[in-house]
Amino acid sequence: MTLEAFADTIIPGVKRSPEDRAVAGVSPDGGAVAAGAIELLEWDATGVTDGLDGYAGGLNRHALTLAAERGLALDESVPPFVALSFDERTALVGSLTAPGHPEKSLWVSLALFCNMAYDSAAHTHTAEAIAAGHPGLTAMGVTAPDADGLWRFPSYSYGRPLADLHPDTTPTGSPA
Amino acid sequence: MSSVESTDVLVVGSGFGGAIVAYHLAAGGARVVMLERGPWLETGEFEHDFKLGSSYTRIFDFVVGDGMSVLGGNCVGGGSVVYFAAMPRAPRFVFERRGSIARRMWPAAISRDTLDPWYDRVAESIPITQQGWQDVSYSGGLWAAACNHAGRTANPVPAAVDTAKCVNCNWMMAGCRFDAKQSLLLNYLPAALAHGAEIRPLHEVQNIERTGDGGYRVHYQLVDDEDYRVTTGSGTIDAKIVVLAAGAAATPVILQRSEATLGPMPYAVGRYFSGNGERLNTAVLNEERVREVLGLEHGDGLAYAANQIGKGPTVANWDRLDGSLPEYSRYSLEQLYFPPGLGTILALTAGSDPTWFGLDKKEMLRRWRSWLIIFQMIEDDNEGVFGPPPERGNADRLSQQMLGIGRLSYKPTANTQAAWAMADAEVKDILERDGLATVTPWTNDLVGAYTVHPLASCRIGDDPHTSALDDRHELRGHPGIFVTDGSAVPGALTVNPAMTISALAERAVPGIVRAARERGVEVVYGAPAPDGSTSGRRGAARLAEALLSR
Repeated sequence: MTLEAFADTIIPGVKRSPEDRAVAGVSPDGGAVAAGAIELLEWDATGVTDGLDGYAGGLNRHALTLAAERGLALDESVPPFVALSFDERTALVGSLTAPGHPEKSLWVSLALFCNMAYDSAAHTHTAEAIAAGHPGLTAMGVTAPDADGLWRFPSYSYGRPLADLHPDTTPTGSPA
Repeated sequence: MSSVESTDVLVVGSGFGGAIVAYHLAAGGARVVMLERGPWLETGEFEHDFKLGSSYTRIFDFVVGDGMSVLGGNCVGGGSVVYFAAMPRAPRFVFERRGSIARRMWPAAISRDTLDPWYDRVAESIPITQQGWQDVSYSGGLWAAACNHAGRTANPVPAAVDTAKCVNCNWMMAGCRFDAKQSLLLNYLPAALAHGAEIRPLHEVQNIERTGDGGYRVHYQLVDDEDYRVTTGSGTIDAKIVVLAAGAAATPVILQRSEATLGPMPYAVGRYFSGNGERLNTAVLNEERVREVLGLEHGDGLAYAANQIGKGPTVANWDRLDGSLPEYSRYSLEQLYFPPGLGTILALTAGSDPTWFGLDKKEMLRRWRSWLIIFQMIEDDNEGVFGPPPERGNADRLSQQMLGIGRLSYKPTANTQAAWAMADAEVKDILERDGLATVTPWTNDLVGAYTVHPLASCRIGDDPHTSALDDRHELRGHPGIFVTDGSAVPGALTVNPAMTISALAERAVPGIVRAARERGVEVVYGAPAPDGSTSGRRGAARLAEALLSR
């Protein structure tokens, strides 16, 4: 649940149900969690899988520190990071990934994979993800491939001169 | 049977620097073995797929450093398989650069004039298309029209792409499925194989030691073909000549690790690294303004919305490539495509914090089809330095493929930062004019700066204190070891470097032939282009003769 809340902070999404606590629900459609962030993180190919418990624990410790600093009373029925509001989660992730933070590289790595789940569905075949309505690829407008799984764009060019060439261009087409 | 394998020439790496040298030496009669740390994929294995484990992550490496991350090839064919195939020659003023050392950093023997015959040899060997406007992608056309609107020129970029075969899929970084990109898999490498050279994939060279007879013993580890974190064995090969072409982010690391066995390295090994001054800007286009201001339209009622379509960079603005301008104020601005995966996280929103993640970033991603990425290549200050090498390879691998943590440290100087700021301002001026777009630079705060064109970490020069190699690419103090990849290039080029790396590799061959002959290898110089063409050989004959006899 903690890692879902982290992923939802990177690319926010809509709550999966009224009881959904991990997803803050600040966006009208699917975000990193719906895109498969947890599935990607739990795939050992990423190299972060073994450390996921540590990541979650770290996030919750930092959340408790933040809560103490700000005098926040956290709902104890969910992990501390989940109990934070979306804005508080955002502020915490911002500070953990800021230049100079000693754990910055860890949190940037985690964010990188959450982002990849959304922008490229790196845990699943791209064509299958698009066919299944993957929230990230769909929102970005990534088109579907041809029937053989390969992309081709027969229309690709305005097809006319759109600027003057640099006057010093050499016969090989390079700068002089 | 001897337990020690030996060859005449051992080439480390199979990208431009390795493949070109391997071809010529094999064609000249030498026994050549190439060791490549990455896998060997055929055309049919290049996939259109972002899933981890597809060709995209198998053949491509992203090494995170302190202040600089490097993207590079990791397969047979090296950078040529994953690159965007832009092949411009470097402008004349580049060879006169002084950079951080207050004197000319290129060897006196090399200028645009003396490199042009070698550029010609490459152009005869790797078919390079002078793209016309009909070849230019929508994104390139948009960049050209915006430049024109702002009173600038714009040029279609020469590219090693067979435009008749290209389907504009923009999957170049996963390898070209259609043999449109003229990678080394289609020219130098098959020609090298035909002359008896061997290529051994998944062999990661770790270090080099001297043998008693004046040669070298190269130590490698075998890398698992799926999980690159795992090694499956090790071995050695003895060679009379070693050519290092593992890429500018790996070659100096091998030499650093070899210091214990080879003795002290020149000071410039692992120093003076340049990221070719690279930096990306993202423009999010206002489609209505594109139509109204630039008059662009491509059917379906769309003015642009074509970020996904094309073949990497097709148009560049070269107005600042003017030798009369001061150093650090000259740069090119090239339209580029950068795929999702790693290509969106560093893009910033124009709003308030947070700018690289969160709600606003999600909204920016919703407009991804209207993105236009502009690639700056400025003159940086060669400020990169490699720390002590990792246990193996050039990085501690984090993921099974692609992602690792390296030892490069890069703290941009005021010169570099000012040049980036100047280029940022110009891109903004061109693309925000009349409300065409909103432009932001990619952040350097997450993984540092980043480059797809690492250079200069083991460079040629005339001054032994600031160059690791002499002007024949031989490692100072270690005769018989040559470096021919991007690490040999002295500094940022203000354009895409593959053509210059290749021309320097062609130029290095006569000197390597001479060194091999001195070590008793029966090899001659003078092979034609891989397809048998000979005009490039004729053009460079006089220069080659001089290099052979020095």
